[in-house]
Amino acid sequence: MKYAETGFNLEVDLSTGRAERLASDPRDTELYLGGQGVAAKILFERVPPDTDAFSPDNLLIFSACLLVGTPAPAANRTVVNTFSPQTNLMSHSLFGGFFGPELKFAGYDRIIIRGKAPELVYLYIHNDRVEIRDASHLRGKGTTETQDLLKAELKDQRVQVAAIGLAGENRVYMASIDHNHASASRGVGVIMGDKRLKAIAVRGTRDLNIARPAEMFELAQALHRKIGEGDGNGDWMAVDEDDSFHHNHFAWGNARTRRKGYWSEELQQRWTRWKYDHMDRQTGCFNCAKKCRNVINWPGGRRFGYKCFGKDTYHMAAFLELDFTYEILGVAQEYGLDSYSTPQVIAFALELLEAGILTEKNFPDMPEDSRGRFFYLLEKIVRREGIGDVLADSVSHAAKRIGNGAEAFDHNTTKKFEQLPIKLGKLNPAYFLMIATGEKMSITQIEGSFPQDPLPTQEQREAFVSKWEAPPDEKFKQYFLDWKKRDDISDEATCEIVDWNEAMHYIDDATGLCGFVSSFRGQFGGGVAYHMNNIPQMIAHATGMKMDKARLWKTFQRIRTLVRAVNVRRGLRRKDERPPEDHWAVRDEKYEQELLSKYYAFKGWNSEGIPTRQTLERLDMGYAADDLERRGILKADAGAAARETVAAAE
Amino acid sequence: MNVDVSSKTVKEIIADIDKCTGCRACEMACSAFHAMPRYSSINPARSRIRVVADELNDEYVPVRAGNFTRTGCDGRHVYQLKGKKYSECSFCPASCPTRDFFIEPDSGLPLKCDMCEDEPPLAEPLCVTVCEPGCLTYAVRQVEAEVDAPAEREAMARGLASLVNQHGIEAVIENLKRVSKGQ
Ligand code: SF4
Ligand code: SF4
Repeated sequence: MKYAETGFNLEVDLSTGRAERLASDPRDTELYLGGQGVAAKILFERVPPDTDAFSPDNLLIFSACLLVGTPAPAANRTVVNTFSPQTNLMSHSLFGGFFGPELKFAGYDRIIIRGKAPELVYLYIHNDRVEIRDASHLRGKGTTETQDLLKAELKDQRVQVAAIGLAGENRVYMASIDHNHASASRGVGVIMGDKRLKAIAVRGTRDLNIARPAEMFELAQALHRKIGEGDGNGDWMAVDEDDSFHHNHFAWGNARTRRKGYWSEELQQRWTRWKYDHMDRQTGCFNCAKKCRNVINWPGGRRFGYKCFGKDTYHMAAFLELDFTYEILGVAQEYGLDSYSTPQVIAFALELLEAGILTEKNFPDMPEDSRGRFFYLLEKIVRREGIGDVLADSVSHAAKRIGNGAEAFDHNTTKKFEQLPIKLGKLNPAYFLMIATGEKMSITQIEGSFPQDPLPTQEQREAFVSKWEAPPDEKFKQYFLDWKKRDDISDEATCEIVDWNEAMHYIDDATGLCGFVSSFRGQFGGGVAYHMNNIPQMIAHATGMKMDKARLWKTFQRIRTLVRAVNVRRGLRRKDERPPEDHWAVRDEKYEQELLSKYYAFKGWNSEGIPTRQTLERLDMGYAADDLERRGILKADAGAAARETVAAAE
Repeated sequence: MNVDVSSKTVKEIIADIDKCTGCRACEMACSAFHAMPRYSSINPARSRIRVVADELNDEYVPVRAGNFTRTGCDGRHVYQLKGKKYSECSFCPASCPTRDFFIEPDSGLPLKCDMCEDEPPLAEPLCVTVCEPGCLTYAVRQVEAEVDAPAEREAMARGLASLVNQHGIEAVIENLKRVSKGQ
């Protein structure tokens, strides 16, 4: 019997219209767990590195991760992986809600989609019944509108739907995939649209088995209560109306302008009223005690939901206020647009106009005011009309196409991907490494376990450490106790801290745990529910697999290294690993490069950032070393093996 | 009038639907509790509490499995509450043929909430325990039930007389015997 996973993949070929339920390889689960881990293995094996993102041979994989659907609280993430036309690298995206659990209950761990449909279609899954159906009546429909229509058409309110909007249909690079009020961002909707797949509707009524039922339930319930009770988990921005942090410290416009004294008491009161006067309720994801999503019913638009910083991006890019974000989000989410990158693309276009690189001719009939301009450009982008067709390829590609000096305005991307709009003074070594080497394209997908800043007094540090359950090794407690000034920490400690931060995200994205109860949240307060000291037990109870901290750590290293191997095959090299040049005002190129070299060596990668044969073999991936050698990417070398990092002395 | 006063226990799950976040922890826990062996599988389709959820229209109603009915309703009320429309079905506990709630997915048999009866008894049904947002609460009340004994006897006599009329005294006695054996 299979536990926690179903043991089946749904393989769909949209070109031929075939769908098959195929048993998955149990060895993949053992080595890569599930979610992004197994997806990376599939992409490595099945998609040759010269495959264009828009080729029918590119795969689009929806994974219900390993613990999804089990009693493990907040294990509900669906991970979406493919190759991105924007970065040419592996896309990393995920969304919460109910889709992943439903897929498990339908009897599948993942859907692997290849080919392209001749016409717009949707995929309907009801347990064993799988149909590729015509979706011409859904063309141009909004994301939640499509979900409503499918629920009515299928006469099933319990069906869980993931859909693209007009942006995805028109292959806008910033297109998202939306499910209820959750959204898979970082550019995966473009591939769903390219495959002419409007939506996936899934319904399942099968059992998902648990290996050690009583132990699993008890541990799960203890964590469920912990998540519910304290303030150490979930998105505190759902309840804290003081958002001075983002407004005073993040950069407005196209990541340009800091407005240090922007926030005020009066503003907070006004905005709080806007929110609560129009909020239906706060909702949560499957089997989670928190309610991070604010569901807003703003006059004139469709109901929408947002989390976290998602409420700031549009008005900060447009130099407006929260009411503008509420107004435009209802429209932008129906179009299925990533609310992190899209506002930056629009602000970038307006900067080019101001600089004279683009002219009024590029923007026929555009309104004068900021609000009007944002709505105007939003329409142009999702329809790929005029300048919108260029902007729909995201900042980096648009800058190249426009030329004439536009490249200088592409100042906030790394690996061609829009970064959070943060511009600071002095270099922060850990953040340098995370932004440079991250392959999940956003700092929020790598930071998160070690606090961002030291605490001022010894007593405070000691009090923090005494309650801190999360560190995988005692040395992290010592690092924190000894840490007094932000940049006063050894390079060795920096490498280990970055590695731990990264580890938690790779584990979450294989198991389906939400970052707000795990990888992302521990940096704020330390009281996070899931960590290296209890996740192994949860996996063992749910799956019956042998699992302990050392083994899980090695699994993280394996998945992490495989993702790197996938991307180096597509050309990722050291030269690409650069945070935006203006991310910090004061830079030190020599020091940064030394630090990067140290981190590569620490990871068991060579000076180009390529995993060595020894590292790959130690992680049971000799096949990847052979492949990289065959392609001439790795020379048969005897480079240093990855250093054992945590208590991994097996 | 001749009135007996006796007391009976009423178990209530109170659902404050404004507090429901739609998390479905209740469905997860219920299906786990009723799995054989206990907690060995999860399947919301086997849950005896379902959240009637329409996220896009902000409708969330946890409803508990009640009695089985062979036929669905011919018509139904639509309730308007605070500007939102709810079908009568959203509040209906029946296991009925018009929807696939409270129907065992393998056997097609109806499911019914048993308030998580267990030995020793749980402090409260498990759906209430796991409802961290506080939508579900549990209450046990002793209600004093006034029983008008002669009136009740009279009503029963009338019912029996009509059965005898319809089926004959023999058939009624035979059935009474069968029923009493089954008790
Ligand atoms: S913590 Fe918030 S975002 Fe995460 S699973 Fe729970 S409700 Fe969803
Ligand atoms: S556990 Fe409570 S809040 Fe969650 S769906 Fe059930 S009734 Fe609603």
